[in-house]
Amino acid sequence: MILKIFPSNKKLKFIHGLLLITVSLIFLPFIIEESFGRSWLRIFDYTLIYVLLALGLNIVVGFAGLLDLGYIAFFAVGAYSWAILASPQFDIHLSFLIILPISFLTAGFFGVLLGAPTLRLRGDYLAIVTLGFGEIIRIFLNNLDHPVNVTNGPVGINMIDPVMIGAFSFNNKIEIFGIQLTNLHFYYYLLVICVILVIIICQRLENSSIGRAWVAIREDEVAAEAMGINTRNVKLLAFAMGASFGGVSGAIFSSFQGFVSPESFILIESIMVLCMVVLGGMGHIYGVVLGAFILVILPEIIRSAAAPVQESIFGFVLIDPESLRMILFGLALILVMLYRPKGLWNK
Amino acid sequence: MKSKCRNNLLFFLFVASSFFLVSCGSDNSEFDSEGRKIVYIGHAGPLTGPIAHLGKDNENGVKLAIQEANDRNISLDGQTISFKVVSVDDEGKESKTTLVAQKLVDTNVSGVIGHLNSGTTIPASKIYHDEGIPQISPSATNVNYTNQGFPAAFRVMANDKQQGSALANFAINDISANKIAVIDDRTAYGKGLADIFEDTVKGLGGIISSREFTDVTKSDFTAILTKIKGLNVDLIFYAGMDVQGGPMLKQLDNLGLNVNFLTGDGCQTLQFIELAGKSSQGVYASSPGVPLDRMPGGISFNSKYEQTFNQSIQIYGPYAYDATNTLIDAMVKANSYLPENYLPFLKNIQFKGVTGDISFDEKGDINRGSISMYQVKNNKWEYLKTLGDN
Amino acid sequence: MDIFFQQVINGLVIGSVYALVALGYTMVYGILGIINFAHGEVVMIGAMVALSIILFLFQFDIPIFLSIALVFIGAIIFCSLLAFCIEKIAYKPLRNAPRLAPLITAIGVSILLQNIAMLIWGRQYYSFPQIFNNDTYQIFGIANITTIQIIIILISLVTMFLLFYFINKTQYGMAMRATSEDKNAAKLMGIEINNVISITFIVGASLAAVAGILIAANYGIAHYSMGFMLGLKAFTAAVLGGIGNIVGAVIGGLLLGLIESLGAGYIEKLTFGFMGSNYQDVIAFLVLVLVLVIKPNGLVGEKSSTKV
Repeated sequence: MILKIFPSNKKLKFIHGLLLITVSLIFLPFIIEESFGRSWLRIFDYTLIYVLLALGLNIVVGFAGLLDLGYIAFFAVGAYSWAILASPQFDIHLSFLIILPISFLTAGFFGVLLGAPTLRLRGDYLAIVTLGFGEIIRIFLNNLDHPVNVTNGPVGINMIDPVMIGAFSFNNKIEIFGIQLTNLHFYYYLLVICVILVIIICQRLENSSIGRAWVAIREDEVAAEAMGINTRNVKLLAFAMGASFGGVSGAIFSSFQGFVSPESFILIESIMVLCMVVLGGMGHIYGVVLGAFILVILPEIIRSAAAPVQESIFGFVLIDPESLRMILFGLALILVMLYRPKGLWNK
Repeated sequence: MKSKCRNNLLFFLFVASSFFLVSCGSDNSEFDSEGRKIVYIGHAGPLTGPIAHLGKDNENGVKLAIQEANDRNISLDGQTISFKVVSVDDEGKESKTTLVAQKLVDTNVSGVIGHLNSGTTIPASKIYHDEGIPQISPSATNVNYTNQGFPAAFRVMANDKQQGSALANFAINDISANKIAVIDDRTAYGKGLADIFEDTVKGLGGIISSREFTDVTKSDFTAILTKIKGLNVDLIFYAGMDVQGGPMLKQLDNLGLNVNFLTGDGCQTLQFIELAGKSSQGVYASSPGVPLDRMPGGISFNSKYEQTFNQSIQIYGPYAYDATNTLIDAMVKANSYLPENYLPFLKNIQFKGVTGDISFDEKGDINRGSISMYQVKNNKWEYLKTLGDN
Repeated sequence: MDIFFQQVINGLVIGSVYALVALGYTMVYGILGIINFAHGEVVMIGAMVALSIILFLFQFDIPIFLSIALVFIGAIIFCSLLAFCIEKIAYKPLRNAPRLAPLITAIGVSILLQNIAMLIWGRQYYSFPQIFNNDTYQIFGIANITTIQIIIILISLVTMFLLFYFINKTQYGMAMRATSEDKNAAKLMGIEINNVISITFIVGASLAAVAGILIAANYGIAHYSMGFMLGLKAFTAAVLGGIGNIVGAVIGGLLLGLIESLGAGYIEKLTFGFMGSNYQDVIAFLVLVLVLVIKPNGLVGEKSSTKV
């Protein structure tokens, strides 16, 4: 009893830390908006979507060591699930409580579907096949407007419903104490909750027998098989879990943007997410979160600062922001790998 | 421990410099150095990517109009105004367009000229609509843009419905084509134009022998062209951009395919002739509006443009110029730069631009939707005729 | 039947292009075990450098054969130097790093090269000048093929034989095989593996430069973004044939080209109108999956025993 009234220092520190983080997370969107402007809050929301993607791919690449170059396909599946079930496309408008689980399961199903043929393949063969699958999904999405219009083809699906809680839509704007809350804020909170949930699930998985099985497969598949691990099922589970998280991320992305088109799901996006995972620290949950943050926010910072900074130094723009952004991005990838080949923040 | 200290220091430096850079980037001043009120006009288009030359062209049109407006020392609501362009790059990609649209909104622009492609204009229009910011697209032709029912979305160029049907009529009546093969590039623009073309041709009694597809990453079209060769068509219609149309012509020639080639405004450019070389001879193309030298103010605009930017007009520059001037004219008539004040004037505007008379119908489409036909003769685009009301 | 034959010719031409680029991929993979994502960009640089050389030489009156030679030599030297530097700076330090690190570096190099090319040459699509007469010939009177296309097919076949001979019948080739088998053992046997690796990259880059010039000449167009898709297709071809295998790269390339060509041409017939040429890439990847399911190490790849 006494222990409960006087908690140990460690426990107190932990609770304090938790409170601090919670409070900062609650006020963060307002701080961002006030200091940098609303578009940075939007960028932050997109960052959180990519964080979810990175966490999902981390299961496949980081935990299980399966090189997946077509991961964005699951993002697309989730996005289009929402788009089809909550938009003028078929005039179905389901609630988000129904669609999120559907996206989760559909993407997971596709994960198993796309993972199944790859079970016998090693490393780089696996990479090209997953790449191929990513492209196949995108091509189907781009062309399924004929004979039956499912995805509306290259034009994409517009006017997608936002998340609705009862009669309250996330796209509504409300004012509390003179501060305006927009969909940017609402989606921020939804995404933060999702990210936290996914992190908790990933940590649980990591420390479970499945997580250990994944590590075994990653390190030495032959030995793992010899120790009696059902590599087939374990690999499929990795694909399924990773894909499901990608699907959820896609669904939220779809409702946030209000618009999807196959063009958001091209190969370079899969490569980007892979870079986030490896750069951040493959296999390390917080590392990949960091990786996602850096690789989304850094280019945006350069995009907005490149012209003004150059103008103040040289008087004119030497290298245009777009090229500079990508050049620095490429350099960052090379330099980080040279100096920290295990990732920026690994265990 | 030393390494940890160093890492923490690096991290702190990184965060601090990001803060610094970010604040460098935001430039939202209200008044300029001479005390004039700054009114921001947004421009969005592909400034990088395969059609960056077209995006830049639009940006130049906007910049020229803004420059001239500032020289006129316009006064709105008792304040002297200084117009400033905020130009953002949507890379021609749908995935980037909403991000840059939001950026424009955050910069408090009073109006947007953009975007260039239909694929990017449509999703962005929702963001502008939500904020009540009027948007005029100089070049997006897909019909869905004005079908959304947004009261402040306009365009100064004829849409695909007009262009597609004009092309179909030209194909059936002027070239007397009977069996036609259609190729589109699987973009919102290409598919939209090709669909309307195909429907109109069928309605006029023509036969569509084949519908083939390519995409913007491809440079080899020999497979689909060979397939078409086996079908004995009189005409090939291609709905897509010049950077693929050009090589496509070359491959047509190499395969010994001797048929008429018809295409839309995406290929009616100088770049197309350059890339196709002598294979471009005889190609027909359409373009909304009328040729520069037939525009009321075309020739003088052309020399102004070339003098200011040291390059020739690509294609949509005059439309971006007119769109900007229409916007500013509405503001002048309303004596206000606030969207809620000048929007009614914009809806009912009657403006004489270099491309012709500009006024909008209830949907936001331009009222005089003319389409002109051209043909390549001796490595030059020659004007043939204009269809539709003028 | 004529159409079928023409499609086969088309396929062989595209396939030879893929084969040339795939050879570079496969050699580097064989030696270092990394997927050199930047290889496609080296092809692009070869084409762009060649373009600049040609435009420069236009100012002078030089006999055609000399200018062609200068263009090829210039592009090959430039690309070889480039690849040499890339290897030394970005890949060498990572020889003992975790497997995915060099992959990310390669992606970084690829992005860097593409954007630097964009800075140097701009964003526009250039028309690649025709230096000599590109005539069209008729094979058996039914299919068309141009001079450049014939050259492409010939060069890729000749290169395959030369490389095969070099790697399997010469002593230096043996050194390369030893290095790809086991770097450390090769080092212990006295092989200068740094040199071997550099030579591999240089040979690969030279092939890339040649491929770049031929592609630009064939399609008449060169631009900063032409490397990405090409690199990807070539990588697919290399894997299809069995990555690390010279003959596999060429077989994979030719096969991929044929599948793409015949696929695009006949898919509508095969699927009774349900799928058109908009699904042409789907066929290529599906064939890839099928081949790999049956032969997980590619068509001619070595069987590695991992069964427990």
